[in-house]
Amino acid sequence: MVFTIQVNNKKISAEKGETILSALNRHGIIIPTLCRMKDFTPTGACRMCVVEVDGREKLVTACSQPVEEWMKINTHSPRVINARKTIVELLLSNHPDDCLYCDRNLDCELQKLAGELNITERRIRSRKIKPRLDQSSPAIVRELSKCILCGRCVRVCEELITSTSLDFINKGRSTHVGPAMDRDLNFSSCISCGQCVIVCPTAALHEKHNIAEVKEYLNKPEILKAVQYSPLVPAGIAEEMGFRYSRDFDRVLNSVFRKIGFDKVFNTGTGTDICISEIAGQLLERIKNKSDKPLYISACPAWIKYAEQFMPEILPDVSTVKSPQQITGSLIKTVAAARAGVRPDKIFSVSVTPCTAMKFEARRDGMMRKGISDVDTVLTIRELSRLIKLFGIDVTNADPEPADEPMEGRSSVAAMAEVSGGMAEGVIRSVWFRLAKSEAERQMFKKLRSGASFREAAFNTGSVEISVAVVDGLTGLNKLKEARASGRKYDLIEVMTCPGGCINGAGISSMNTKDEKKNRAKMIWQADDTDAVNLPEKSPVIINLYEKLIKENREISDKKIFHTHYEKRDVLL
Amino acid sequence: MEDLKKILVEKVLLYESDVLPPETESILRQIRREKTTAPVIYISSGTSSIISGSEETWSAIKTYLDENSLKTDLVRVGCQGPANFEPLVCIQLPGKNRLFFRNITGEKVDLLLNGVFHSDINEDDLAGQQGTRGFEMWPGIPFIEELPFFAHQKRIVMNNCGCYDPENIDEYIARNGFRAFAKTIRHYTFEEVCDIVERSGLRGRGGGGYLTGLKWKQALNTGSLSRYLVCNAKESDPGAFTDRTLLESDPFRLIEGIAIASYAIGTSNAIIFFRKGSEHALERIRKAIGKAREYGVLGNNIFSSGYSLDISVRREPGAFVCGEETALINTLEGKRGMPRLKPPYPTTSGLFGKPTVINNVETLMNVPVIMLNGPEWFRATGTESSPGTKVFAIAGKGRMSGVVEVEMGTSARTILEDIADGIKEGREFRAIQLGGVSGSFLTSENLDLEIDYETLREKGIGMGAGGFVIIDENTCMVDLVRHYMEFMRNENCGKCIPCREGTGRMLEILESIIRKPENEESGTTLERFKGVMQLDSIASVMKDTSLCGLGQNAPNPFMSALGNFREEFEEHIFDRKCRANVCRGLRTFSIDVEKCTGCTACASKCPVNAIYGTRLQPFFIVEEKCTGCGICYDICKFTAITVK
Repeated sequence: MVFTIQVNNKKISAEKGETILSALNRHGIIIPTLCRMKDFTPTGACRMCVVEVDGREKLVTACSQPVEEWMKINTHSPRVINARKTIVELLLSNHPDDCLYCDRNLDCELQKLAGELNITERRIRSRKIKPRLDQSSPAIVRELSKCILCGRCVRVCEELITSTSLDFINKGRSTHVGPAMDRDLNFSSCISCGQCVIVCPTAALHEKHNIAEVKEYLNKPEILKAVQYSPLVPAGIAEEMGFRYSRDFDRVLNSVFRKIGFDKVFNTGTGTDICISEIAGQLLERIKNKSDKPLYISACPAWIKYAEQFMPEILPDVSTVKSPQQITGSLIKTVAAARAGVRPDKIFSVSVTPCTAMKFEARRDGMMRKGISDVDTVLTIRELSRLIKLFGIDVTNADPEPADEPMEGRSSVAAMAEVSGGMAEGVIRSVWFRLAKSEAERQMFKKLRSGASFREAAFNTGSVEISVAVVDGLTGLNKLKEARASGRKYDLIEVMTCPGGCINGAGISSMNTKDEKKNRAKMIWQADDTDAVNLPEKSPVIINLYEKLIKENREISDKKIFHTHYEKRDVLL
Repeated sequence: MEDLKKILVEKVLLYESDVLPPETESILRQIRREKTTAPVIYISSGTSSIISGSEETWSAIKTYLDENSLKTDLVRVGCQGPANFEPLVCIQLPGKNRLFFRNITGEKVDLLLNGVFHSDINEDDLAGQQGTRGFEMWPGIPFIEELPFFAHQKRIVMNNCGCYDPENIDEYIARNGFRAFAKTIRHYTFEEVCDIVERSGLRGRGGGGYLTGLKWKQALNTGSLSRYLVCNAKESDPGAFTDRTLLESDPFRLIEGIAIASYAIGTSNAIIFFRKGSEHALERIRKAIGKAREYGVLGNNIFSSGYSLDISVRREPGAFVCGEETALINTLEGKRGMPRLKPPYPTTSGLFGKPTVINNVETLMNVPVIMLNGPEWFRATGTESSPGTKVFAIAGKGRMSGVVEVEMGTSARTILEDIADGIKEGREFRAIQLGGVSGSFLTSENLDLEIDYETLREKGIGMGAGGFVIIDENTCMVDLVRHYMEFMRNENCGKCIPCREGTGRMLEILESIIRKPENEESGTTLERFKGVMQLDSIASVMKDTSLCGLGQNAPNPFMSALGNFREEFEEHIFDRKCRANVCRGLRTFSIDVEKCTGCTACASKCPVNAIYGTRLQPFFIVEEKCTGCGICYDICKFTAITVK
């Protein structure tokens, strides 16, 4: 039902059941918000969105109050503006005013609000909150003094990720957000997915920066500096730096890396191709052995930690294949090192990803060979854009260059692995290709590409039927459990921690909107239709690696470097 | 025993007529101890009695009776109300009026009982006699009902308090107990009960004053299959102890009230949400629920009516904010005690998303009498807009303290001057604080206001849940407001910004007012003034925007004190003086040279070594070092130390 309400003496239309805020936004009236997150239930914690409603004694929060026909609303009366301003001033009164040194300088929602509300003098004074820094996690840093307790991280961790590692602790002035027992993050059940980092309005939660380490190694002439970047990085950098992405930019980035000072530039997509074909091999093995247990894809490191903590019973069924980043990393330290004639310990290997959990993954046990880790440091796309700016490189003016052999290219399915469902699709296509000796029709995968949090499909290659489940975001795990409890059998299960897959990873931009996510996915699927190399088996890079480089290298010809192991993990829950 | 239970249930509770046959009535009189051959000794056993030493009194009396082999009934009863009288011992000799003896500690027992049993009553400890029909009057002894403390009260809710053993369901039934419930479930429909309570005009006694019957109707009409009734017994205002006293003294009546309310909203799930720390009351209510189950008042298919009900008891985790109704729901669901957004209101979506009615203890205890005597009877007491009575917990500087029940419309002056008997030691009255930490002050101008919801609301004062704190001239209003603000800063849930940060900032500014002036030249004075200028604006934004009642009402004491005692704030800010000599930072102590004997007592106790001098010579205090703690002032035997 549509009716009219009166806002600032003008009539606007509103729908029954919607909130004041959504009605106002539709009509171009902007109300500041702080604790609000789209698609989440409102909590009304920040009180920034208050408006004046005639007949109500107190101000009303627009984010939660449903519109009613009689309403006369005033959105910017002096009373309302004063209230909003005072609230921000209260927040600023004990905030550590180190904006110039802050991780989120110029990108901070509190800073923005203070500017929008014209706060130019310190009216309310207080002592600064005592600083408390938690750097224990390899992926995420907590700066508690910068927390304004909006509760977004708590809600994301509970409602979107379901690991519920963060919650409010204590009451009154001692209230703060933290993991169980108020211990540090590395003791907790945090899976380092970093979704909390994306939603944090201030720098209270941010990824751990490894730029300094990279800078230090860039100045060491005796070290070979190698970098690998995931297929999403070029698009992410374009978004981060604010220009339109085109396919050319994939190759431009290679020269940008060389300008920064990296000696070798590799494509993580090569590792993804190997990952897909290794998992396809494992799946074929299982099909041959008529195993009735599903194979879980292990590419998402956050999901792996989640499984180790909360579902240790499935660990034997999780594929032992390392993630694409680690596969590429291990190839850099073996194959690439041999080609360049450098000892593996003289290589500094950096990986750029759209993910914070990769920072954690690079430090896992079993991610090293002979005491040398596969990947030395992981940067997020945000960090890379800082590095590019730091080195003063004009990315729009760089020339396209090819990446370095032997990991210079990827197939289009390697890029699809960045979207939820893409990895499973790639494995099925690879299996199909091996069994049916022909390419699978794209139409078949429509079901796996929808946006639901749990999707399933079955594929008949003629000789065998393979049923696949895709869990898009950990909220889908419940549906998977239900489906399995009701007797459904799956051969292959893909789980991605972030809804939508890596395109919504925590390493890209600070606030992902639904539209941006959709664009990223669309772009990747379109590329799949046009690319000639659309299967790992067809990629000359992969063929070269498998047939020649790996086979000939006696140390790694058993392919053990592509595999790892998982163990039950004891954490504070 | 089994027979008695059968008689009570079948011949009393389920008896069709309101007038019982004489033989049943005679049994009930026996249970009520109105027909006894042996003397009866009643000892009050509320929390305040136990603190005053009623357990020692109990054992002393028991020893005395054993030693003298006297056949006497010894009964623990609830609390009568006057906390000053504790431990209160009432003695009823066969056929004679009950005598009230106050402050009977263990050592007084022998003297008292010797006197009573040998007709030589010690008048010093005697408070009075309670007139009961059919009993012989004691000549020359004043009636307890005529004492000012009791004379101005009207007891509906507290009718049974202190009169019967709160662990004995027989006595409760003998005092018309559970008859309202039995009548309700047999003769009325859900809607009719809601209707009767709505017509009675009963309003929520938790402070909001919402029509109870209307609330029930809203929950009943939601069309949801399951609903919840929650009795909010989380009374956590410092200085309020009405609910605790009612629970300890008359638990069965609360159970009856809950039972009727549950029936009215058609639920079988009732929960009592208990305060952490009221262990005594908790034990009583648990025993009472057990007894009620035994007698079939609770359970499946109660009295073959087809209606089932069970009451469960839940304890709060220990935070002030958990008393807020939506935070309470979160707590009951096992979540963090944080208030939720309203709407949806609990009556439409509360506990586990089901319609939930949350009522205060006092509200529910009014229900049985309304059902028994009808809404018109209830409307005859109190005022037009607020019928009935209100229970207050008088605390603070009055001569009398304790729990009292007055008719709505009674003036605060009556409560202060008659019931509480004025201020202790004849000091000057300053204010009454109504409604606990988030309440407002009633000053001498407002003392004649009739206490009812509408009159107080017009003046911008909340009725509160029953806190009635009397404040005299020895209390510093600034310090008191600071204290309340500190409580709020520590007890808020931390969810919404205006409340969490606002209480903190207001407290810091208030502290700067009463802190000792240091380094006045370095700009702290300017800072202080700047802060003071913001107090009002922070307070109004907090009131306007906070999420729940805690934040919205947290500035109330400050705003009310500033309105009524502005000059006191100004003295603190401008003259740096505290007229009540309470604020440590603003006190200056000095030693009267004439009076000081040089005994060194003060110098040796001074925690900051601010007192210097030679033995047997007058000492002196170094003002810069002095923190104003006042230890020297208390310790000086020669009143040589003066405070300004």
